[in-house]
Amino acid sequence: MQRRQSSKHSKRPLQVHHSNQTDLSAWRKGETVDTGKSAQSHRSLSDQKNDNEQDSLEQALSYFEKIQDRVSLKKSEVLQKHLSTLESIALKRGLPPEGFDVLLDVALSGKLADGVNTRLLKSLIPASAIPESSVVSSVSWFCVSKCSSNIQLLFLRWLITMFDFIDQKEQVHALYGIFFFFLNDEKLCPYICHVLYLLTRKENGESPHLCEMKYHFGMQPHLQALLSLYKLFCPELVSITLPQKMKAYFKNADGPWKAAISAVRQRNQANSTVPQPLLLGTAQPHSRKRKWNTQLIVPASSANAQNLVVGGKMSRVDSFSANRSFPVEQLRTFPQLLQNIHRLEFPSQMGSVLTNPLLLHYMNCSKDESAYLRLYYWMGQTLQEECTWCVVDNNQHEEEFKGFLETAYKAECFLQEGFPSCEEFLYRSLPLWDGVSCRSQILQLISWIPLSTFSEMKSQLCDPLAQLFFTSSLYFKCSVLESLKELLQNWLNWHVVQLDSESDSQLSSLNTTLSGLVSGVAELINFVGRISTAALHLEKSHTFLLHFILDFYETVCDIYLKYKLPLLIMPPAGVFYPALLSMDSVNLNQLCYIMYRYRTNLIAAKENEMSKKKIQQFKFSSQTYQEYNQYIIAMVGCLWTSSAFQKDNHPQGICLDDELLKKTGVEEYKNSFNIVYHPALMCYAVDFLQQAWPDDTTFNFNLIKGKKWNWYLRYLYGQGLEGLKLFIESSINRVSKASQSKEDKKV
Amino acid sequence: MAGGAGRGGAGADGTGVQMAGGRPAGSAIEMEGAMRTLPSSGRPSGTGRLSRGPLFGRNYGLSPGSRLLPPRCQEDADPQKTAFLLRKQWTLYSVSPLYKFSSADLKDYARMLGVFIAAEKQKGLAVDVDGELGVRVAMSGLPELRGSEQDPAAVLVQLSLRSSLSPKNSEEKLIWSGWFCCVAGDDLLENLPENFTCLPLFLVNGAESYTAIVGSWFQKTFDCCFRRLAISPLNLTWMAAMWTGCKVDKNTAAMELLFSVPHLPQPLDISYAIHPEDVKALWDTVQKTPGEITQEEVDVFMECLYSHFHRHFKIHLSATKLVKVSTGIASAHCDGIIKFLQSQYLIGVLMLLTELAISQIQ
Repeated sequence: MQRRQSSKHSKRPLQVHHSNQTDLSAWRKGETVDTGKSAQSHRSLSDQKNDNEQDSLEQALSYFEKIQDRVSLKKSEVLQKHLSTLESIALKRGLPPEGFDVLLDVALSGKLADGVNTRLLKSLIPASAIPESSVVSSVSWFCVSKCSSNIQLLFLRWLITMFDFIDQKEQVHALYGIFFFFLNDEKLCPYICHVLYLLTRKENGESPHLCEMKYHFGMQPHLQALLSLYKLFCPELVSITLPQKMKAYFKNADGPWKAAISAVRQRNQANSTVPQPLLLGTAQPHSRKRKWNTQLIVPASSANAQNLVVGGKMSRVDSFSANRSFPVEQLRTFPQLLQNIHRLEFPSQMGSVLTNPLLLHYMNCSKDESAYLRLYYWMGQTLQEECTWCVVDNNQHEEEFKGFLETAYKAECFLQEGFPSCEEFLYRSLPLWDGVSCRSQILQLISWIPLSTFSEMKSQLCDPLAQLFFTSSLYFKCSVLESLKELLQNWLNWHVVQLDSESDSQLSSLNTTLSGLVSGVAELINFVGRISTAALHLEKSHTFLLHFILDFYETVCDIYLKYKLPLLIMPPAGVFYPALLSMDSVNLNQLCYIMYRYRTNLIAAKENEMSKKKIQQFKFSSQTYQEYNQYIIAMVGCLWTSSAFQKDNHPQGICLDDELLKKTGVEEYKNSFNIVYHPALMCYAVDFLQQAWPDDTTFNFNLIKGKKWNWYLRYLYGQGLEGLKLFIESSINRVSKASQSKEDKKV
Repeated sequence: MAGGAGRGGAGADGTGVQMAGGRPAGSAIEMEGAMRTLPSSGRPSGTGRLSRGPLFGRNYGLSPGSRLLPPRCQEDADPQKTAFLLRKQWTLYSVSPLYKFSSADLKDYARMLGVFIAAEKQKGLAVDVDGELGVRVAMSGLPELRGSEQDPAAVLVQLSLRSSLSPKNSEEKLIWSGWFCCVAGDDLLENLPENFTCLPLFLVNGAESYTAIVGSWFQKTFDCCFRRLAISPLNLTWMAAMWTGCKVDKNTAAMELLFSVPHLPQPLDISYAIHPEDVKALWDTVQKTPGEITQEEVDVFMECLYSHFHRHFKIHLSATKLVKVSTGIASAHCDGIIKFLQSQYLIGVLMLLTELAISQIQ
């Protein structure tokens, strides 16, 4: 009983606290709650604080709104309190738009003492914008001169400083004549000039005001400024000559507010997690400090823009070329590119092509070496400078750097060609890479390393990558294999394209590059074979990993036929056997497909060799054939002839002594890896049995033989094991092929 | 054996050591009778000579195994012309090759840069308030600053301010200067196609805001890329050794090495000052081939200095980071700040800096 009560007690403040978050006014009224005891989170504390401030600001505003007669600051504690509240909040957070109406009215109506008015005006810091209406009504107070001239002056300075914060300016512009009238006031004149300077538009220059200006004409800088503006708009109306030199026309008006505005703006920007809409033209688009010398996204601008400015003799030449060359800024569509491609020039900064697909097209068909060199230098420097793990304290820019790497990768895909600067960057930075930051971007870039430099690649890329590979997660291993597969494919594609374009030229030059190519590709494949073997050990032949490895070999097994490169490399035993004995049918099916393709490629190569149409510089070594045969014997022995552990002559194979196998106590171990008993296929066998003998629950796998074996096979093919089908049909010599097809017809 | 034991002892009193940071500044420890014996350090093991020449076509940030001693400037060159470069702090940048830069058009470039600066300064200003816009730009060639005829002439950029208070007064105040140069930049020059000008080293004295504007303009106009050029501790030891070996006419200031101790809650700097004659004597015992310095010699030289320091203070300087080297020739900070002190070695120092800049942009 007691217990229940105490739990009730302890829960209570929590409940109240919970309601605080949803209904703050409830909390304010509920003074019974002991705030000291209830555990308050940081968030709700700051909420409360904000809320308190909001509350007292509202109170202060309503106080000023209702104020009727002159109140002495010294005597009225209420005024003191509200004024200081207002000041502190305004300086810290700025005032909401609705506050300006009230406070400007009070300050300019002369109800209060000048000291108070000054303080009010000085605290008129906008949090966001100032409503135009409040400015208009304050100008009417200004005109009736109820306040002192000092306050009028301060108001003008405030208006000049806050000009950009006024949300709309049409009505303020309508007051142009009124401001002009105040030019007569000697004291106000400099600031009035400044206000007019800000307000003047072309039509104002043509107005009759100008005639009046002549009366006021003097050499004061503020008037000069205004006149120069009029002269700019209507040169025919201003006949006097003004000094050409730029001078300080206006006094600084922003003194009391400048610091506060920037403080408020900073604070508001820092507090919001979402980017704030920029209300002001003057607001800086980048909130954080950026190094001047690195701009990751460069806008495209014409190179000849500069030339036009240069000297007299050049500009004449350029007036021709200006007709001739097409400015890249105007390049928007592909048809435009086609029409103007003959008169297009690369932009002044080559870095801008990366984000511009049309210019990348242009780059693709341009033979300009210097364009590539410019891009090489720019990218090389930028990558090094911005690299988040090579440069200290660069971490906060990781997102931006990721974006840049992504851009570079996309451009590489577009051009179907790796940038040398990216390659060098990888070589430089991979030894320092942690394998985490910008992971997918880095791995993507790896796939575009050009082929020509495997020797460099080995020490600069393979070694650091292998270290990370062995010590990182399964998924990292898979992604590395994926990008190495893409690297291999890119190399092979490049070779095929080369082959097509060089087919006409002499063969000898091709052959010298071919040997380098073959050895480079071979080294990559062997490297992947080595790390795959080790990775399968480390990850206990994980299915997922095996899938990525076999994916790689799907490309390898077809190199000869698909990419016309005289090279075939078998997977190492460390890959082959885990796949053969895999628990997953996907892996086994994939292996079957790969072995089928190896067979097709090897047979094609053999035929080519036999025909001896031309002297074969590259011959597959007999070792490759031998290795293939060993694998095939093992595979057929396991899957088909039920002679697992018997017919395997591969040195690292699964040939086991009969005596030893008997000791395991497994009966019929010989057929334990055939297509019925194979752990990857047994689920199919079970399913097949259930369909063929629905009543039999003993799961007698021995029933699958003879004619049923063929049915089972067809069932397997029907389950999407396409690789298995291709393998069995190609590699297994069915004795009763004819009879089988007869049977098929019957069925 | 370095064999410097006896000789180094001769100038015993010239070694002063200062430790600063975390403590009041007055904690300098004056050494008495220091350098009694110089360490007879064996050859540092395991630091095989790095081979010059590219490693697989390119060496990624490795320094060469040997360098030539900075040549002394010929007497026919007028030291007055480059005197204004001395005794100022220059911040170093590397610059990738300039595209379509022509030294014949410097006047036009100056005009364009002037317009650009005015536009940049006016950005976000409705009205020119302080009259600060009157920045005048001058660009000129500095043909004296090159190693060979192959090198392009250095380019000097100067910004000066016309005072708004006295427009009639023609006196202008120099507010910023920077110069591009290339001294013996053969490595890069050889492979560079025409249209590109290689001025890989950029030195700046003045406000960062102007550096930013000038740099941006060059980047936009000549499609080049600027990067701060930091000097690695290894290269600082090279400088220490190279500059020690230089002959100077007048008696110069002490060599001072500044070390900072890493991974401390409070920064601790160790300043190690050695009398120039003592350090020269040590260097003479280390150096074997005249006119050439090898990495091994530099290592031995530093090793000697370190073990001498360890003998007295039980501090392994090799575990700290060398931050600054100052000698009578020049002083260099690892942040990439340099001060030239001797005009006859200006070219020599620039040669090394050019090499560092080139290795950064390649």
